[in-house]
Parts: sequence; C-alpha cells; structure tokens
Amino acid sequence: MAAPLGTLRECREALAAGATSSSALVEQSLARAEACAHLRAFVRLRADAARAEARESDRRRARGEVRSPLDGIPIAVKDILVRAGEETTCASKILEGFVSPYTSTVMERLEAAGAISIGATNMDEFAMGSSTEHSVYGPSRNPWDLARTPGGSSGGSAAAVAAGIVPAAIGTDTGGSIRQPASFCGVVGLKPTYGRVSRYGLVAFASSLDQIGCFARSAEDVAVVQDVIAGHDPRDSTSIPEPAPRCSNALDGDVAGLVIGLPREYYEPAGIEPGVLAAVREATAALERAGAKLREVSLPHSEHAVATYYLIATAEASSNLARYDGVRYGHRAQGAHSLSEMYRKTRSEGFGPEVKRRIVLGTYVLSAGYYDAYYRKAQQVRTLIRRDFEAAFRGCDLIATPTMPETAFRIGERTEDPLRMYLSDVYTVSANLAGLPGVSLPCGFASGLPVGLQLLASPLDEARLLRAADAYQRLAAHHLARPPERG
Amino acid sequence: MVALARLALDEDELLRMARELDAVLGYVASLSRVDTRDVPPTAHVVPLATPLRDDVPSAPLDPDLALASAPEREGSSFVVPKVIEAEEEG
Repeated sequence: MAAPLGTLRECREALAAGATSSSALVEQSLARAEACAHLRAFVRLRADAARAEARESDRRRARGEVRSPLDGIPIAVKDILVRAGEETTCASKILEGFVSPYTSTVMERLEAAGAISIGATNMDEFAMGSSTEHSVYGPSRNPWDLARTPGGSSGGSAAAVAAGIVPAAIGTDTGGSIRQPASFCGVVGLKPTYGRVSRYGLVAFASSLDQIGCFARSAEDVAVVQDVIAGHDPRDSTSIPEPAPRCSNALDGDVAGLVIGLPREYYEPAGIEPGVLAAVREATAALERAGAKLREVSLPHSEHAVATYYLIATAEASSNLARYDGVRYGHRAQGAHSLSEMYRKTRSEGFGPEVKRRIVLGTYVLSAGYYDAYYRKAQQVRTLIRRDFEAAFRGCDLIATPTMPETAFRIGERTEDPLRMYLSDVYTVSANLAGLPGVSLPCGFASGLPVGLQLLASPLDEARLLRAADAYQRLAAHHLARPPERG
Repeated sequence: MVALARLALDEDELLRMARELDAVLGYVASLSRVDTRDVPPTAHVVPLATPLRDDVPSAPLDPDLALASAPEREGSSFVVPKVIEAEEEG
C-alpha cells in the first residue's frame, strides 16, 4: 500500500534537496488516492494532467526555475472551483457534465505557483451540509473511523489531507465548511477574512458568507498556501483591495503578551462533550504557559447565530440556485412540454433533498409578507453579532473556542434530523456572519477522535491568527498524529 | 412555496419537507425576541462600492464555448421547450 505523503514542508524540502521529484510525489499521491478509495475523498482524479504538470515542474526545477514553495506539490481542490475545459459538478446531478469555459482565480494562482491538483474532492451538494453525506457520489468517510463522517461540506479535502493523499487541499467555508471537517479529521483548516481570497470561479452558495481557504497538517503549511491564493482580484467585486501580507513571514513562535479572549457563551459545559472541553481548555492553558494572557469576553448574541445564519444562507442560496434551470448547462429533464414544466422537472430531478430543503426555506424567508420577519430581522441580528465581535476584540487580540461541541458523528446519524445537524454549527457560523478569519487546529483527542481548537481574529488579521496557531503547534504535536492505516 | 421555487415534490416529499421546515421555522422564531429597533441590517460585511473597470475593450467569451455545455442548442442559441404554455396545463 502506498505510504502517506509527508507534510507540505517535508515535500518542499525533499524537492529542494533533490531527494524526490514532483513526478514521484504525484505518482505517490495518485497511488495513495487509489489505496484510500474507500474514503471517497475524490470525485474525479486528473491523473494524466497531473503527471504532465509534474514533468513540467521537474523540468523547471532542473533549469533552476522554481515558481513558489508550492511548485511541484500535489494538492486537491474541492469540486466547486472551476477550471477551463474540466468538469465541475459541486457533487450535484444538476451540474453533471458541466465543463467550465473559464478558470477560477484561485486555480489560476495555484497553477501559476506550480501547484498540481491531482483531482476534485467530494463535498456536500453545493456545499450545503456538515457531513459530506449529501453528495451525488455518496458519502466520504473519516480516516480516523470509517463509520464516521469527515464533516463537511469540504469533507473530501479534509479527509484527503488527513489520510496523507495530499499535503494540502482547497475547500470553502460558508458556515464552517473548512473548520468543521478540519476539526473532525485532525488537520488544520483556515477560513480567511471574507473578501481576502477571490471568489471568481467559485460556484456560489451564499455570496455574502462564502470564502475559499485551505487545509494542511500544520499552520505553517496553511500559511504557504494562503500566501499563494490571497490578494485582491478585480474580477470579484467583493475582493478586498488591500495587499495581503505574507503570513509565512509572521510565524515567529511568539505569543508572549498576546491576549486571548474566551467567550463565556462558548464554554457552557451543557452544550459541549466533556472530552472536547477538556482538550480545548488544555490547549488554551498551553498558550497561557507560553506567555499569552487569557481573558474572559462576552458575545451576548451567540445564541442567535445559528438561526441568523440559516435564514441568510438559505435566502442567498435560493437566489443563487435559481440559475440551474436546464437551459444553458448541466442536467435537463426530458419530456417536458413547456418551459416552466422543464424548469420544475429539471430542478426536482437535479437537486438532492438537502438542497431542495434550503431552496424552499430561502424562498419562504424572502417571500412577500415574511421578508421583514425573517430575512430583514436576520440581517439586523447579523449587525448585532458583528458588533459583539468588534466589542470583544477591543479587549483581546484573538478569540479561542472549541471548533465543534463534539467529535465526528456517525454516517447516517443525522440525515433524518436536519435541525440537529444545523445546531452543531454553533461555534463556526459567527465568523462567516461577521466576516472574520478563523482557523481550526488539532488540539488532542476525545475517545480516540480528533478535537479542534478554533482561533478567530479581527478582519484581515490572518497573520496574527496563523502566528498563534503555529506557536501552539510548536508547543503541542497533536497535528502530527496520523490516522490508523487500514487492514 | 415549492412551486415558487420551481420545484415539484410528490406527496411524501411534501409532507416530510413540511415537517422539517416546521421544526426549522420553530427554531428560528427565537429571533423575534431580539430587540432590533434602530439596528441597521447587514447585507455584506465589506463596504461595497461598485468598482469600475477601465474603459478598454477585451475579448468576450467565445459563443461556441459559452454554448458548449448546453443540453440543446441550435447555432448560437439555446433551445428550450415552448414558452407559451399549452391549454391543458392551465
């Protein structure tokens, strides 16, 4: 069985030392993907293209041209970012066969940096879900326990990194879809500030919340990828027109004097598994021993975050997903006698149950008569949640919370109870509502399953966030733990 | 609502969706307790000004490429079923 790949740093150093080649890394990555096919982390491999790109990278390196620290490194990208001439489906039947005429900015930047995507990773359909079970290709599995979900919606990317198929992968986070699977799979996942990474070429779910980010096994590796994908892009009108400072340069291991806020509403023992709480408390204590100061802060509107999130996210989704009508691309139902019947049949055949549920809820909250009571009300509470964070950050530099109140749940356990699935997003959705950067770091285990520590920062402060994350990983090596090999 | 969303569900799916959405709407009703008098809504977290691009021509998407994924096309057009509904559909 193909051995797992090392961390991004190990791969980079082996390439730089001439101890391996990009072609060898890509072969190992493809073989590992094959050996881990039971995880269903990938929905499509681009083996031939990846091999050709690896040969190019090796030729460049032989000439002394290295484009970036990612040059020649195999990575994986969630099946939601388009690349010209290749299929993108968002794990939905409605996009089957869709070949994009253009390339997303993030894919362009990765390619320009020399990174090599070995394939598209599995996800909840249109990124709607917390388990990667809502995929037309079937559920992904958690490498730590195959009966459990890797989380979602970017579950395939998280599982691929955890299993050592690739050292880094791209995901998207609308309400926790990077941080939650990172927590469940024991890897690092960064959701950057809203607007920090261009969404051009990202299939939209909830446009005011969606953000692209990455997974890797260490904060240091995440910083390398973030430095490649971040920065202003005129093709995304919500892209922040500020230069993105290099996060990699900020990792000095120093947390002395850093003030870390612990929101009292996030540490209510009633809502958290005891093993998760204990691991998170130990992680913040380790940061304190290294010189950080812990301070209790308050986010008084936290209890309303999940409701606010689901109203805004479904409203935006119902509007964004109106474009799937069977006219221009993707699936079209056969045998319809009129245009409106074709729309109904196409959408009913093409969307899965969770997507339909959210479209109907979103249509409802935007409809005349309910708009003020639901959608506008949620937008107002969103303002209050933002203000809570602004006030909290006046008294601290970062906020530390559990990423999830629990460890990975079993496949099938929650599919009949969507509300319960939504409620577990309680600690992640606020960062999307407020547009903040957040990272989930492995901070130990509860009953043998990984636990995630979430750090949140003020907008655009990814450098400080990753400096603290990297400093923690110099104190505790939980991120280096590997899931058991099968068989 | 289902019709407004251009979906069609069978009886079982409708019942299930009604039950699930009831639970979700019951949960989100808690927002009505929050005092939001004089609170402006947040539609977007970044201050949005519509950016203008430079007034220079650039190549448009090639029509053949734009039509390449179409389920049905004719020349440079997308083909769809009749727009005027037949009488039996009311």
